[in-house]
Amino acid sequence: MRRFTFHRLWAMVLKEFIQMKRDRLTFGMMVGIPLMQLMLFGFAINSDPKHLPTALRIADHGPFARTLVAALRTSGYFNLVTEAATEAEARRLLRLGDVQFVINIPEDFSRQLLRGERPTLLIEADATDPAATGPAISAVRAISDHVLDRDLVGPLARLRAKAGPIDFQIHAHYNPENLTPYNVVPGLMGVVLTMTMVVITALAITRERERGTMENLLATPVRPFEVMLGKIIPYIIVGYLQLTLILLAARVLFDVPMVGSLALIYAVSLLFIAANLAMGITFSTLAKNQLQAVQMAFFFFLPSILLSGFMFPFRGMPEWAQWVGSILPNTHFLRIVRGILLKGNGLAEIAPALWPLLAFLVVAMAVGVKRYRQTLD
Amino acid sequence: MSGSAYAIDVTGVTKRFGDKTVVNAIDLRVQRGEIYGFLGPNGSGKTTFIRMLCGLLTPDAGTGTCLGYDVRTQQADIKRHVGYMTQKFSYYEDLTLRENLDFIARLYDVPDRRAAVQRSLERLGLVNRSHQLAGELSGGWKQRLALAACLIHSPQLLLLDEPTAGVDPKARREFWDEIHRLADEGLTVLITTHYMDEAERCHRLAYLAYGNLLAHGTLADVLANGRLTTWTVTGPELITLAAALRGRAGVEQVVAFGTTLHVSGRDAAKLDAAVSAVRSPRHAWKKTSSSLEDVFISLMDQAKDNFA
Ligand SMILES: Nc1ncnc2c1ncn2[C@@H]1O[C@H](COP(=O)(O)OP(=O)(O)OP(=O)(O)O)[C@@H](O)[C@H]1O
Ligand SMILES: [Mg+2]
Repeated sequence: MRRFTFHRLWAMVLKEFIQMKRDRLTFGMMVGIPLMQLMLFGFAINSDPKHLPTALRIADHGPFARTLVAALRTSGYFNLVTEAATEAEARRLLRLGDVQFVINIPEDFSRQLLRGERPTLLIEADATDPAATGPAISAVRAISDHVLDRDLVGPLARLRAKAGPIDFQIHAHYNPENLTPYNVVPGLMGVVLTMTMVVITALAITRERERGTMENLLATPVRPFEVMLGKIIPYIIVGYLQLTLILLAARVLFDVPMVGSLALIYAVSLLFIAANLAMGITFSTLAKNQLQAVQMAFFFFLPSILLSGFMFPFRGMPEWAQWVGSILPNTHFLRIVRGILLKGNGLAEIAPALWPLLAFLVVAMAVGVKRYRQTLD
Repeated sequence: MSGSAYAIDVTGVTKRFGDKTVVNAIDLRVQRGEIYGFLGPNGSGKTTFIRMLCGLLTPDAGTGTCLGYDVRTQQADIKRHVGYMTQKFSYYEDLTLRENLDFIARLYDVPDRRAAVQRSLERLGLVNRSHQLAGELSGGWKQRLALAACLIHSPQLLLLDEPTAGVDPKARREFWDEIHRLADEGLTVLITTHYMDEAERCHRLAYLAYGNLLAHGTLADVLANGRLTTWTVTGPELITLAAALRGRAGVEQVVAFGTTLHVSGRDAAKLDAAVSAVRSPRHAWKKTSSSLEDVFISLMDQAKDNFA
C-alpha cells in the first residue's frame, strides 16, 4: 500500500478536472492568453505594413529609372515622401525615422544597364523593426526582376539576364539579424506554453495549502507522486489545446509554412509540456504562498523568453547566457519546433534537443517529489 | 495490527516549534470503543497532539502506538484506518458534496464506492444537498459533510478537532447522538471541544494547558481530583460583594452566573474563612459541588503559575 496506485492517481486527476471546469476564469485565461499573445505579436508581424515613408536619391533621370520608381510606387509598399539631394541628407532622414527607406539610383544607372553591367540599386532600410521592413524588401526583389521586361525588348532582350538586370544591394541598418514572422510564431508556442503551464501548476499545491485542504490530503494515504502526477495530467490536455490554437493561428492567420510532420510536433510537445508542469509543481512545493509561487514562475519565465533564442539569436549571446539558455526547456523546444515546421526535420534531426528536455523533466519532478512535504512540520 | 485494548497508547509525546514546547511529554491511553474528550484553552496544543497521532506531524520525543501502529514509523498504516476531521473545514469548496465524498472514497479505495458514498450521504441526511457545492453550505452542514467524509472508509479511530465549533445547539445534539451511535458500533473517538456540556457526554476526559496534561479520567475523577470547594450566593448588590471577595486569601474564582455568584478555591478552610468574613444575612449562601468549568479554570490558573 506504500506504493503508487492508479486509483489514487485517478482520484486526483478527476478532482483536478472538476476544479478546472468550475474555475472558469482560469480556464478562460488558459485559452485567452495564447490568443492574446498571438494577437499582440501578430500585429507586429502580420500587418504587412504598406505605404512606408521612403526617400529617393535619384542621380539618373533616364526612362529605366522612371519605370522603376513608378513600379515601386504602385507596389504599395513605398510612400515616396521626399527626395534627398545628398547622401548626408538621406542618412539624416533615416536616423530621425522620417523615412524607413532610402532608395538610391546611381548616376549612370541607365547607361550601365544598357551595357549589361547590372547596375547597383542600393536600398537602405531602417531595420530596427524588421517586421516592418521585411515584406517591403521582398516586394522590391520581386519587382526588380521583371519591371524592366517591358522596356527591355528587341535587341535589349538579351539583358533580361537570369540573375535579373539589376544588382540589388540592401543595407539593413541597426538590426542586421532579420527576424521573420516564421521565426516568431513557432517560437511563440514555446513562450505561451512556458508562461501558462508553469504558473498554473505553481499555484496547484500552494493553493491546497492556503485553502487548508492540504491538511486533509496529507491525512489520507495519497502519495506525493500521485498528487503531483494527478495535478500534471489535466494540464497536459490544456497545453495541447493551446498548442492546437497556436498552430491553427500560425497556419490561418500568419501563413507559417509547415514543412515537417505535425504528428511529430504533437508527440514531442508532450515532453515539453510535462517539463514545464513539473517545474511549476516544484515551485509550488518550494513556495510558501501563491504570491511567492507566481513570482518564482515569473523568474523562470523571463530567461525562457530572453535567453532561449526567442528574443535574441542564441549564437549571438554571451557564453554564460548560452549556458543558462541551454538548461531551459524552451530553448530546446524552439529548436525542435522551428526545425520541424520550417526545415521539415524528422526525429533523427531533433533527437539532440530531446535529451535535455527529458533530463529537465526528470530533475524537476525528482526535486518536486523530494520537496513535497508529507507532514505539516 | 495488534489486539491491544488501546486504540491510542502513547507516552512522553513531545512537540517543539522552535524553542517553544507546544506539547510536553504527554502520556495518553484511549480504550477501544471509548469517546475521549480533549479539552484545554486556546493554544494548549490539542490540535498539535492530534496531528501527531495521525502522522501529520512527527513527534520530537515520545513513543507509542495508534491502532497498534507505531506513531513514528507506521504513519502510512495509521492514515488508512483513522478518520481525521480538521479544526478548519478542509474539503474542496468548489466540489459538490457528492464529489467530495467520491474523491475521498477513491483515495481510500473504498470497496463498492458508489454505494458507500450513497450510504454516507443518507446516514447524515445529506442526500438532498448532494449536488450543492461544499462552499455554499452553512457551517453546520459543512461539519456534517466533514464527518461523512472522514467516516467513508470505515475507520477504526476518529480524531475530531472541535467538530461542533459554531454549530447550533440542536445540530450539536444530533452530532453527539451520531458520535454515540458510532461508539456503540465499536469506533473509538477522540474529540476536542470547548463546550462543557459536550465534555460531560464523553466517557473520559483529558485537560491540557500549555502543552501539559493536567487532569484525566472520568468526569467524576476529574471533579474529585480538582479538589475545589465552591459556594453560591444569591441576593442584592452582587457586584459589590464580588469586589469584596476578590483578592482575599483562599478565594480563587469569583464568577457571576446571572443572579448567582460562584466563589471557589482549592483550600476549603481558607475559602470558608474568607466567606465568613463577608457573609451577611442579606445574601443566601450555599455550598455546592464544583462544576467542570470551575475545575478547568482552576486547573488553568494553577498551570499558569507553574508553566507560563
Ligand atoms: N506549525 C506551527 N509552527 C509554529 N507554531 C505552531 C504551529 N502550529 C501550532 N503552533 C503553536 O502551537 C501552540 C498550540 O497550538 P494548537 O493549534 O495545537 O492549539 P489548540 O489547543 O488546538 O488551540 P485551539 O483551541 O485554539 O484550537 C500555539 O501556540 C500555536 O501558535
Ligand atoms: Mg486546535
